[in-house]
Amino acid sequence: MEITIQETVFFILAAVIVGCSILAVTTRRILRAATYLLFVLFATAGIYFQLNYSFLGAVQLTVYAGGITVLYVFSILLTSTDNRHIEKIKRSKVFAGLIAALAGAAICIFITVTHSFGSYHLTGGELPVDAIGKALMGTGKYQYLLPFELISVLLLACIVGGILIARKR
Amino acid sequence: MFDFSVVTKWVDMMLRQWLPESWVLTTEFVLIGLCVLVGYAIIALVLIYVERKVCAFFQCRLGPNRVGPYGLLQSFADMFKMLTKELIEVNHVDRFLFNLAPYIVIISSVLAFGCIPFAKGLEIIDFNVGVFFLIAVSSIGIVGILLAGWSSNNKYSLIGAMRSGAQMISYELSIGLSILTMVVFSGTMQLSTIVAEQADGWFLFRGHIPALIAFVVYLIAGTAETNRGPFDLPEADSELTAGYHTEYSGMHFGFFYLAEYLNMFVVASVATTIFLGGWMPLHIPGWEAFNAAMDWIPSLLWFIAKVAVVIFIIMWFKWTFPRLRIDQLLRLEWKYLLPINLVNLLLMVLVVVFELHF
Repeated sequence: MEITIQETVFFILAAVIVGCSILAVTTRRILRAATYLLFVLFATAGIYFQLNYSFLGAVQLTVYAGGITVLYVFSILLTSTDNRHIEKIKRSKVFAGLIAALAGAAICIFITVTHSFGSYHLTGGELPVDAIGKALMGTGKYQYLLPFELISVLLLACIVGGILIARKR
Repeated sequence: MFDFSVVTKWVDMMLRQWLPESWVLTTEFVLIGLCVLVGYAIIALVLIYVERKVCAFFQCRLGPNRVGPYGLLQSFADMFKMLTKELIEVNHVDRFLFNLAPYIVIISSVLAFGCIPFAKGLEIIDFNVGVFFLIAVSSIGIVGILLAGWSSNNKYSLIGAMRSGAQMISYELSIGLSILTMVVFSGTMQLSTIVAEQADGWFLFRGHIPALIAFVVYLIAGTAETNRGPFDLPEADSELTAGYHTEYSGMHFGFFYLAEYLNMFVVASVATTIFLGGWMPLHIPGWEAFNAAMDWIPSLLWFIAKVAVVIFIIMWFKWTFPRLRIDQLLRLEWKYLLPINLVNLLLMVLVVVFELHF
């Protein structure tokens, strides 16, 4: 069987995603978990680049790798306690977590198996930036990113207001 | 003007005659990677030499002058010294993160380095969201610095890393907004198209007032982004010994050092590409003979000359201004640069809408 370069790259990225996802939840040190998460996000961005969707890949890098992970690391640095005394997790909690994980996996597998994805095709070339911009700012069918972002700004204002009221002395 | 794609196409043709498709691609990946890394190392060494000489002249000294003529081989000798040094293992650190951090920093800087159009036909990564990709990959470096500071198990390193994180996140806003101003003007994010559009006048001149403001803001924010003086609080040697890379030794320290210089080069090249026309020669519309004469100078030389000027300005900053305090640093960004930038963006939109540019 002939394996193309595209497939090789995909398998490497997929292996990184799977491996680092498992490591992220099994490691005992919180900063290492954040680092493994960073690798997962990198590899996901790699898959977007492989699909020729460089805009989404770059967004993934800025927002998740450059933004959210930095935020995580920052908050870990500011609040970090001594890592050597991790309390043991109760058996009931382990059981509940296991059930939740299994249920989540079952739903995901069920949907992936039953959903018809249609024939997949890699269109050559990148998406023009014009089309992305119009889709982001448009008001047509399925184009509701602008109102969504407005609502998120409103929510942010609410959060800031809430903190301000709560912290008033 | 000489087009470098002739050379790359010829290499591609040669390889295709001998090898099957997938092996051609693999060989080309390896070749490009080698070229990028060699170029990266050489530029870093040259920059370190230039920095030491410029610093020396500002302080009325001679600078390196023993190794080779005019001390030209000094930074090469330093590199070999650094390569042969021991990597000291520090006790009570998270060894995995401690060893990983320099690589994250250097990978981010190499990726950003790969986006730059050096000369006509000499560009490696050319997405149609090129500028955005460049900002995205250069923002990864912060994670490496934060990890380095945390995993060193040293208070100075931690404080240095926190300062660095706060500083880089803040100034990234200014960089993004000033670049966005120019993206509004050029109407594209692809670096090769941005350069091509400047064939009859660089953006700094065509965009007049808003472009000039964006250029100044970009230079200030770019200097801060590379953690260089007067914004070098993360490694303020008089208070924090060396900030986040205090505990590093040998080549791991070398990676931080290289990345710092190369980030300066990347900042200068982006300034060149977006404001000063990249490798495009100086063209004045109507002056045919002058334009033809300018075209005789190779495009690579134009690029290097412009970058050298910008780098000299950045070095001039460092050896002229005293270091800022952390509150002054953050005030400068959030109270001055950011509002100026936002107003400037609006001004640029007006200029573009009413076509007030040249």
